[in-house]
Amino acid sequence: MNLPRRDFLKSCGALIVSFSSGPLSLLSAQSPGPFGTHPSHIDPGKLDSWLAVGDDGVITAYTGKCDFGQGIFTVQSQLVAEELCVRIARVKLIQCDTSICPDQGTTSGSQSTPTNFNSENLALAAATAREALLSLAAKKLGEPVENLTVSDGVITSTKGRRVRYEGLLGNKHFDLPLNVKAKRRSVAGWTVLGKPIPSLDRTALMTGQFEFVHNVRVPGMLHGRVVRPPELGATVAHVDEQSVRNIRGLVKVVVRKDFVGVVAETQHQATLAARQLVVKWNPGPELPAQKDFFDHLQKQPADDALSVDSQDVDARLADASSVIQARYSYPYQMHGSVGASCAVADVKPESVTVWSATQSAYPTRSIIAKLLNMPLDKVRVIYMRGSGCYGLNGADAVSFDAAMLSQAVGKPVRMQFSRQDEMMWENLGSACTVQLRAGLAADGHIVAWDREDWVAQMGNRPGYDQPGNVITGTLLGYEPELPKPGSAKPPAGKFRNQSNTVPSYFAGCIAGNCGGDGTIRSERALTHTVRSPFFTGPLRSPLRIQNTFANECFMDELCVRANADPVAFRLLHLQNPRVIGVLKAAAQAASWQARSSAKPGVSRAGAVSGRGIACVAYEGNNGYAALVAEVDVDLETGTVRPRRFVVALDCGPISNPDGLRNQIEGGILQGMSRALVEEVTWDDRRVTSVDWETYNSLYLDYDMPTVETVFVTPANVPATGAGETAITITPAAIGNAIFDATGARLREVPFTPPRVKAALVESARKGESI
Amino acid sequence: MREKIALNVNGQHHLVEVDPETPLLFVLNDDLGLRGPRFGCGMAQCGACTVIMRGQVVRSCVMPVSAVGQDEVTTLEGLGTPEQPHPIQQAFIDEGAAQCGFCLSGIILTAKAVLDLKSDASDQEIRHALGGVLCRCFTHIRMLRAIRKYAEEKRT
Repeated sequence: MNLPRRDFLKSCGALIVSFSSGPLSLLSAQSPGPFGTHPSHIDPGKLDSWLAVGDDGVITAYTGKCDFGQGIFTVQSQLVAEELCVRIARVKLIQCDTSICPDQGTTSGSQSTPTNFNSENLALAAATAREALLSLAAKKLGEPVENLTVSDGVITSTKGRRVRYEGLLGNKHFDLPLNVKAKRRSVAGWTVLGKPIPSLDRTALMTGQFEFVHNVRVPGMLHGRVVRPPELGATVAHVDEQSVRNIRGLVKVVVRKDFVGVVAETQHQATLAARQLVVKWNPGPELPAQKDFFDHLQKQPADDALSVDSQDVDARLADASSVIQARYSYPYQMHGSVGASCAVADVKPESVTVWSATQSAYPTRSIIAKLLNMPLDKVRVIYMRGSGCYGLNGADAVSFDAAMLSQAVGKPVRMQFSRQDEMMWENLGSACTVQLRAGLAADGHIVAWDREDWVAQMGNRPGYDQPGNVITGTLLGYEPELPKPGSAKPPAGKFRNQSNTVPSYFAGCIAGNCGGDGTIRSERALTHTVRSPFFTGPLRSPLRIQNTFANECFMDELCVRANADPVAFRLLHLQNPRVIGVLKAAAQAASWQARSSAKPGVSRAGAVSGRGIACVAYEGNNGYAALVAEVDVDLETGTVRPRRFVVALDCGPISNPDGLRNQIEGGILQGMSRALVEEVTWDDRRVTSVDWETYNSLYLDYDMPTVETVFVTPANVPATGAGETAITITPAAIGNAIFDATGARLREVPFTPPRVKAALVESARKGESI
Repeated sequence: MREKIALNVNGQHHLVEVDPETPLLFVLNDDLGLRGPRFGCGMAQCGACTVIMRGQVVRSCVMPVSAVGQDEVTTLEGLGTPEQPHPIQQAFIDEGAAQCGFCLSGIILTAKAVLDLKSDASDQEIRHALGGVLCRCFTHIRMLRAIRKYAEEKRT
């Protein structure tokens, strides 16, 4: 099957524009997959799987990490240009096309940078390629490699002899494995990476030329819409196809178990048919009441897991000079992509092509093969950008829907969700409630900290084999992933803090090995995962934002009890130099005045202002940030207005400071919207926040605060993720600033005016401060 | 049901044969192959489908194509080209005022329309005009900076 790479190269461009799936049948060899993924026909151990040098000098790179607006397309192009010593214009990056790109699983979890920008995968491939080209040049020019320099793909010897990359390899295979000893170019010498190169998609975006998945048009393409149940768990009783008989251009009503969709010649006809089709549904189960939902969560059977347990928290708390406890709650929130999800599928008897905005091209390919009962090697998924997703939005489900509809009519189908399809059925960010207890010694140190959280989950990313994790699969009869109730085993192995369950102030000791960021050795963190009545899935900073809101606000409560400055008190309980570094940097940049909260002498009427701080080691070791929030609070209305954010971020070497600032600003403001207004609502049957009038988001007219960003970059550390770090601490920093301004503690997101007013009343009653 | 409808879009005349009730957005996307206006909500709640007609912003997802009449429709690609972007597009390029970019028709065209009507519009007036426009990547700060930059250039 050895398809020459040059054939790939010739066909790449044509494949994308002509929608041919010709070479697919040639790509059937199996080799073990990396990244915990399934076997793929693209061997990531081979250099040719990642890079090719064309006879025009263009370097084509293939990546399994795709750009949905976070800027990874530009920085991966910079990476390849940097390592190969060429201008960025010479790099052509192809992202997440399962026929030609390596399987790198899902683009998620702030993992693209750690995966592709350190010493493996794309970075290693590019370094291997540069060394291989230099070694070829050395042979050709008859001079040692040390005598050669490269500039924009031209290798020059000390004697002045020259050869171009394409003269060495143009259109030929490297035929080499990745060389684990290949050396990355040193950060100090970077000329392309590390620079604020303007994002490569900019001009096309601003001038309306950019091709989103929504813009894909295939000859002979029809239009699909789905008809979802009125509520989760409802099943089809009867579909009255006669009800849409009068709709011109209707091609087919597609029913498969509880999946219902329509296909028509135009979008308008498909929309009309979906609205008009009469479907009788058997009702689903009743939903738990929203008003008591967090109490409900705490009573459910749960899958328990301990992150850390020193087994002495009760004893130490009994000895403490003072103990405080509190419960923090975080609602379901939405990805709420501004564009309703869309995909295009062309299912032929012999091959399947799906243009999809999924973050998981290869897993989506596996699921589609399963749903259509097609051999895996006949299915190709081509990533095309959709509307920003921030995690698992409707992109996967709509891709499955498109494939189902196309198979049913035997023609290409463009499937477009309605706003309600998107918002009623997406995999929500999990609701979570956290119960915390901690004790202080007489000297003001924290002596013990205990925390338990209850998190609601059902479904997830579908991965390679769980279609039931999103709505389409469930309608087709597949089960979603559910928590399996059971008691917790004692923590074992290496300390991990993937979901930021454990506060930064814990020593994190398991069997004598301490991997936490802090000094508190009497520590327990127990998670109860319970069944959610709604689909859930990763939403930017999944569980990390929920847990950190609770941990960092509770830390602030301990500061108050200790009558200590929030920065100094945190430093007292931290030992990780990188967390300490960002905390100090943020405080300094914000001209933080050391004092305890609440701010002394604030009035009980009118507008007040305050500041709060929060910090995190994202996922324990994947980026570090501290954030100072300054807010105004109107005591009459309960309205919170953030005025200024100052953030310090440490993500190791920075690939593109402009792109990073864009991500940080977006993350903090998105975090602010989530902290202030975003909350999924439901009644006894169904989700009721299904459009932009029922689900709140801050519009462009919002009086935005300023965001100031400081980078902390220690020497000789690997690159970490950065897109989810700042958002993780935003609700906590705002909550702490509200307390500083008012003396009222907000323990439930979002901080809506009624909740703020209720907290003000509560604090006045308790005389908590002022 | 289908009718022949004449449209003037971005200075070019087109004759399309469609159901007159079809939303203008679908005609722009499917019949004319334009990419700038995009389907966000279909309910005039987000602005992703924005076009300009008679100097006013219009949500093309809820306007039947038959209601367009003789008026010229301007989409995001009607302002400028990648080679020669309109000054407001250039300001957005210079400021890097996008993340996913899906919402840009609403942002750029709404800001342009308000500044065309009132070149000395204050920040507050511009923000007010953008009240129904949504960006879920929260690129607000850069977008407002780009609009301010364009407004200043326009005045001088």
